[in-house]
Amino acid sequence: MTDLPAGVERREFGDDEALATQGEPAYGEPVVDGWRRWDAHRSKLGATLELGLDTGLAGGDGVLYLGAANGTTVSHVADFAGPTYAVEFAPRPVRDLLAVAEDRDNLFPLLKDARQPETYAHVVEADLDAVVQDVATRGQADVALANRQFLADDGRLVAAIKARSEDVTEAPEDVFERVLDQLREGYEVLATERMEPFHEDHLAVVATPK
Amino acid sequence: MTDTGWFADVAVRDPDAAGDAVREGRADAPDDWPARAVEAGVAGDEDEYYELLREATIAGTRAAVQERERADDQQLVHAVRAMADLSDAANEVAERAVEWAGSLFEDVDAGVDGARAVAERDPETLAEERAVSLCQRAADLADERERVREFVEAQGPAVAPNLSMLAGPVLAARLIALAGSLEDLAKMPSGTVQVLGAEDALFAHLRGHAPSPKHGVIYTHEYVHGTHPDERGSAARALAGKLSIAARVDHYSGDRRPELRDELDERMERIRAREHE
Repeated sequence: MTDLPAGVERREFGDDEALATQGEPAYGEPVVDGWRRWDAHRSKLGATLELGLDTGLAGGDGVLYLGAANGTTVSHVADFAGPTYAVEFAPRPVRDLLAVAEDRDNLFPLLKDARQPETYAHVVEADLDAVVQDVATRGQADVALANRQFLADDGRLVAAIKARSEDVTEAPEDVFERVLDQLREGYEVLATERMEPFHEDHLAVVATPK
Repeated sequence: MTDTGWFADVAVRDPDAAGDAVREGRADAPDDWPARAVEAGVAGDEDEYYELLREATIAGTRAAVQERERADDQQLVHAVRAMADLSDAANEVAERAVEWAGSLFEDVDAGVDGARAVAERDPETLAEERAVSLCQRAADLADERERVREFVEAQGPAVAPNLSMLAGPVLAARLIALAGSLEDLAKMPSGTVQVLGAEDALFAHLRGHAPSPKHGVIYTHEYVHGTHPDERGSAARALAGKLSIAARVDHYSGDRRPELRDELDERMERIRAREHE
């Protein structure tokens, strides 16, 4: 088991142990002694950490989060990271994301399309430590490649690739292979792992710009 | 101006102006914006920069969300109900108008098309003037219905992208209107969605003297009325299931899920294949 980023710990919640971060409660999650439970079944990044992948994430990192949705996962990221830019395209979940951002000094919400980085490159800084990607659209590798420009040379892409968003009829293994091939145009893939039992037909990917 | 940050030439301490800069600005590539802002004297240090950035992103994003959500489900509900009223009114007025016109002119066809033809005529008597004018009103009502339909076609995908993708914007709007709102539709079990619009038949069934209805307004979907009657119940159930999921995604997450259409197509292919067994 690799080290968790500083600010993420395993804590006791009743009878079981789970990942947790310290911050303002955001979505009705259990809180014990100020530590908020980070449920790997509800969060793909949580599952990636739970599976023991070496994400390279560290406390205080500058992070660009693509596909922030209503801010469940990004609330935990902002708890342990530094400046955290949260991009989400759909207006309804961004309403919830704004509420999460109100309670945090380092979370910057953006209603933008992750496929069009030129619409937020004037806000999001360069040389970030990590791009976290969880976008449920076709062309997930394109999104990762388009957002590579925000990463430092030794930065990390931590992505959850959803097979069903690319093609529901194709076998997930084949979809993953194709997405990874395309990712290698701009990244060196460091680690991959299927996300079962937490999330079906998802592949966790850690990569670095090449 | 594509290599400057959001804070260039903006009153960064005015949340509205700064928010607009976040919403509308662009850049070809990112830069070390915190350092650039401090260099430019916009902020005293990086901590202050991040405070300003936080206020600007929250203000700009809140305004952007409000604007996008104003394309709101209740507007769609009004529009689709108006469409139904306009259809009824156009037909009713046309029926009366062509009956009147038929007593004055030769070869008057029935319905809105008949009224439209009469409206082109030059009236010569006071009675003809009234009948031609009434025919014109019927045609105007039908034209207005068409323009409202265009509005529904344009707004449906903004309000409920997945539901509109699967059902078409008009049927999507009718389902939202029958449920009351997108939220109400999202909370309905798919069995209820399946019979929305068939309330009379449903209550007759519940009173115990009629078979249960197989479908409500979703009958207008090609996947129901284009399926062999023996398999229509299965088709309606499968379609209603996917429409419910689409409504929930639209209401609770707003993501676009193109895979829903593939899943529906696949399921329908299997149901329709049974017809030939």
